[in-house]
Amino acid sequence: MIASIGSRLGQAVLVMLAVTAIAFVMFRYVGDPVAMMSREDASPAEKAQLRASLGLDRPVLVQYGDFLGRTLKGDLGISFRNQRPVVDLLAERLPATLELVIVATILSLSVGIPLGVYCALKPDGALARAIQTLSLVGISMPTFVTGIGLILIFAVTLRWLPSFGRGDVVQIGGWSTGFLTRSGLLSLLLPSVTLALYQLTLIMRLVRAEMIDVLSSDYIRFARARGLPPRYINFRLALRNALMPVVTVTGLQIGSLIAFAIVTETVFQWPGMGLLFIQAVSFADVPVMAAYLLFVGFLFVVINMVVDLTYTLIDPRLRTRRA
Amino acid sequence: MKRGLMALAGALAVLMVQSAGAQTLRWSAPGDVVSFDPNAQLDSFTQNIQLMVYDTLVRRNRKLEIEPGLATSWEVVEPTRWRFKLRPGVKFHDGERFTADDVVTTVMRTIDPDSRNKGNLATVVKAEKVDDMTVDLVLSGPYPLLLNDLTGIFVMSKGWLEKNHALKPGNTSTGVTTFASTHANGTGPFKLESYAPDSKTVMTVNDGWWDKPEHNLKRIEFRPIKSDATRVAALLSGEIDMISSLPLQDVPRVTGTQGFKVVEDPSLRLIFLGFNWRPELFAEPGKKNPLLDVKVRQALWHAVDLDAIQKRIMRGKSRNTGTMVAPPVPGYVADIDKPLAFDLALSKKLLTEAGYPNGFKTGLSCTNDRYIADEQLCLAIAGMWTKAGLQVEVKTESKATYFPRQDRGELDVWMLGWATLPQMDGFSVLSGIFASRKDGYGGSNAGGMVVPALDDLARKAAVELDETKRRAMMGEAFRIAKDQALFIPLHRQPLAWAMKTNVDVPQFPDEYVRPWFAKVN
Repeated sequence: MIASIGSRLGQAVLVMLAVTAIAFVMFRYVGDPVAMMSREDASPAEKAQLRASLGLDRPVLVQYGDFLGRTLKGDLGISFRNQRPVVDLLAERLPATLELVIVATILSLSVGIPLGVYCALKPDGALARAIQTLSLVGISMPTFVTGIGLILIFAVTLRWLPSFGRGDVVQIGGWSTGFLTRSGLLSLLLPSVTLALYQLTLIMRLVRAEMIDVLSSDYIRFARARGLPPRYINFRLALRNALMPVVTVTGLQIGSLIAFAIVTETVFQWPGMGLLFIQAVSFADVPVMAAYLLFVGFLFVVINMVVDLTYTLIDPRLRTRRA
Repeated sequence: MKRGLMALAGALAVLMVQSAGAQTLRWSAPGDVVSFDPNAQLDSFTQNIQLMVYDTLVRRNRKLEIEPGLATSWEVVEPTRWRFKLRPGVKFHDGERFTADDVVTTVMRTIDPDSRNKGNLATVVKAEKVDDMTVDLVLSGPYPLLLNDLTGIFVMSKGWLEKNHALKPGNTSTGVTTFASTHANGTGPFKLESYAPDSKTVMTVNDGWWDKPEHNLKRIEFRPIKSDATRVAALLSGEIDMISSLPLQDVPRVTGTQGFKVVEDPSLRLIFLGFNWRPELFAEPGKKNPLLDVKVRQALWHAVDLDAIQKRIMRGKSRNTGTMVAPPVPGYVADIDKPLAFDLALSKKLLTEAGYPNGFKTGLSCTNDRYIADEQLCLAIAGMWTKAGLQVEVKTESKATYFPRQDRGELDVWMLGWATLPQMDGFSVLSGIFASRKDGYGGSNAGGMVVPALDDLARKAAVELDETKRRAMMGEAFRIAKDQALFIPLHRQPLAWAMKTNVDVPQFPDEYVRPWFAKVN
């Protein structure tokens, strides 16, 4: 077990190294912050001096080594744009993104699972078919279209919900939360629905497929033959087994939700990490972009590791094979 | 009776809601404040917002002319020494009295080697206190644009900076972030209440402002919204009172909605095409660069149908132009502001005379996220040039990669927008675009253009203190540019804001929002 964790950690470090290298090389080509930071009529000397003061005149390898060294010490550098430590910027934005992702996940599970179960139990019902058809829309609709559509209906036409921002937030320690104010909760609705929609349909279709699979298996048929009540069969026996892959997918999806909250955050001006990243891209703010990529890379590595280790814990066959 | 009472109550409720919210201006724009430290950044939008909190020694009035601000008068004691009399009775937001020490500290902080905007006061060597209410600025040489430069230098409080250990400006390379990056203490019309990046910046009225307010605001809430569609939606849903920069395609939609209006005007920003002046073009290596021939450049100009661009792409909102600077800017000469006529036959004739009867191959590069409809402009012009017989390789890309490429001179024909800001003077074109790249001149002349007459005029105008002579020099430079077709000016791009009908915020061609002239009824 310990050896397995050890090798996992080793792999994780290698992956993170690769991510830093890719991040660094890639950002050589996204543009030159000096051009974005200079006055319109800046002289060549001014630009050269700025380049030197940012350390951009040094060879790429030296810059990379410097970046790596600082990163290991937990220093992600200073944002070119507003000159604040990147770690602080990320920490400020993390609550907004996490709250959005948590609500979106809860929403997609609490709506997706019941819908999936319903569609599996009544596969030929008219309502189930309608839900199935609608889910196709949910899966194929780009996030920004959904977002703008919801804004037009609920903010512009009906004027029920705010179209952008996080509303009023309350500071608890270093954490800013929108959960405790009315405007904060109202502001959460549209973006979290937008973000949840894809995951919701995914979970729904997954639950449905798994349920149908399980319901046609032998032990369910035996249970029916024994005359057990349908509620017990459907929910205690079938759903429990069908939920195993759902747990895995949800876990993995949380990573992509955080990473892909970018679009939703841009549409709703949600002051999270995704918006920070987009602003950084349009400004060629390399330290922020690199840090964000590192963070997302780290998140994926951790989630994958946890999922893998959980498998090993749950499934005894995986353990014996390794031993 | 009952119904009447209810109507009355309803009307009262409406009135109360209106008067309670009436003097708050809720405003949104795509950009956000980068930092409140005036010396830590060069972002013009950030400076716009800082100008609500900070005052300057001299400022721009409703006609954008320079008028006294914190300085009541000034004189040139020697060509390199300007003396400023300061306004008495001015107080900072924290109650401290404004004196000469504050100006000295501000100037020294601005020209500190670590200051990001030291280039905005490049000719100033030092500031000296003469007495409590008099300050001398010492320059490195005669310089006519000192007042223009000072309109962008925000006066900070010496005591406040000392108390908060922020005398040194913020700096990217050393990672210095100061108290002044997130707090502000100026003498301006509004006080900074809170600042949350990407989310909300709140200001309240400064009741102790030295000037008589022309506005009726109590509070400004600035909420940046980057996405165009969301920003328009936020206005139409009533959450926002005004948006600066309304996308052109949404103009009809907002004007057609009851309770909203659109304010439009051409901005100072002039869009033009510039050329590669090296011996060969990147599109056709090994062959002589056809763009070096004045007839070719004129042919390209004659081949551009500006009216079609104005009507179809710019939806009738832009202003076509034939010179390199906009009318309100010193140096503008009206009689050369006429583009070469669209004449395809003449264009082909000129190309034949120059020895290119079958045209030639050239690149044409533009941004796709910087200027209004920049990409469509590029594609349209490429189409027009193709009709004149050229083979055009169009390339559009993001400003983040385009501007460095432009700066390195890697483009054959390139697009650029120029607003002459922050100086708002034609000299900015002379020094940045016309002069060849030498001794700090030619910052954006990366195409390698060298015109000795222009180099000469730029250097003379730089030290000419006689305003009439100075303007004549600039006018002559613009005339040479037109005669030689050194650039193809296209248009002044339009500026559109949208607001509720009860909101009145005057628009300025420098694109600044000046809420001290705003009324909310």
